[in-house]
Amino acid sequence: MVTREGCAIVTGGSRGIGAATARALAADGWPVAIVYRADADAAQATCDAIAAAGGRAWPIQSDVSDATAADAIFEAAEAELGPALVLVNNAGVRADGLAPQLSDDDWATVIDTNLTAAFRLTRRALKPMLRARFGRIVNVASIVGLQANPGQSNYAAAKAGLVGMTKTVAAEVARRNITVNAVAPGFIATDMTEGLLEAMAERIPVRRAGTPEEVAACIRFLVSDEASYVTGATLVVDGGLTA
Amino acid sequence: MSTAVTAEQVEARVLAALVTFGADADVVSRDATWEQLEVDSLDLVELAQVVEDEYNVEITSQDMQHLLTVGHVVDMVVERAA
Repeated sequence: MVTREGCAIVTGGSRGIGAATARALAADGWPVAIVYRADADAAQATCDAIAAAGGRAWPIQSDVSDATAADAIFEAAEAELGPALVLVNNAGVRADGLAPQLSDDDWATVIDTNLTAAFRLTRRALKPMLRARFGRIVNVASIVGLQANPGQSNYAAAKAGLVGMTKTVAAEVARRNITVNAVAPGFIATDMTEGLLEAMAERIPVRRAGTPEEVAACIRFLVSDEASYVTGATLVVDGGLTA
Repeated sequence: MSTAVTAEQVEARVLAALVTFGADADVVSRDATWEQLEVDSLDLVELAQVVEDEYNVEITSQDMQHLLTVGHVVDMVVERAA
């Protein structure tokens, strides 16, 4: 396994796409800080699985929507694992409802966690990355940020915002060997999409939901040395749904 | 315990930082402009980080618009660190 001189931070890392991403990056030699909000057991289980496979992982409890979370997360990760050179902004929440019935709280909660927190973490991440003249940031967006999905105007706004932020920050820091990309998963079998998949499967050209591991494989590529010329891109991982 | 920051110390640190960013050591001086040094906006962001980390002086993007030479940065750091 390649030895890395820094670490990766994965938010929303205790389960689903985040946990699969943490495992994939650890398999590529990255020590991984797994940021979780509530499910300590799941975060620890992911860390244990990584350790059992010969990798290194460290759980960090934090609510990324807290304005002070970014500094705390980076300080904790860097104290344990070294400078953070990879950031995967994966933490996300849903609060669905048709626009006429969407409350201010539902709007703010989703924007704060899915978009504002990703920006704050990105801003903080660029400090060590600029210094190291290397960095990889991957934002987990969604096809909902690219195509309408009634009932998710807040989620769509946040995810479309992530795509726009990805492009602009990528252009700002490209000359420092820092890449910033997004993945846009379609319907992936996770806790967040439980109950939605049966209705969706017929519309997906491959006739099934994706797996967290299939999204993680794309993130792993975007973090890899092989993806050094890919920046500002949004990689759609949706089984052809938006094709 | 705090130690007074001198203009000479700050100038030496800022010049050294600019050289690490790729500025020509023969051209770097207190009166040099960013254009002369071929220092770009991202270099200035990094310089602001160095200054914040080492002197606990924050230089905002608004400040940056008025800082046109190495000397301007040095003077601001010395003033704010005092």
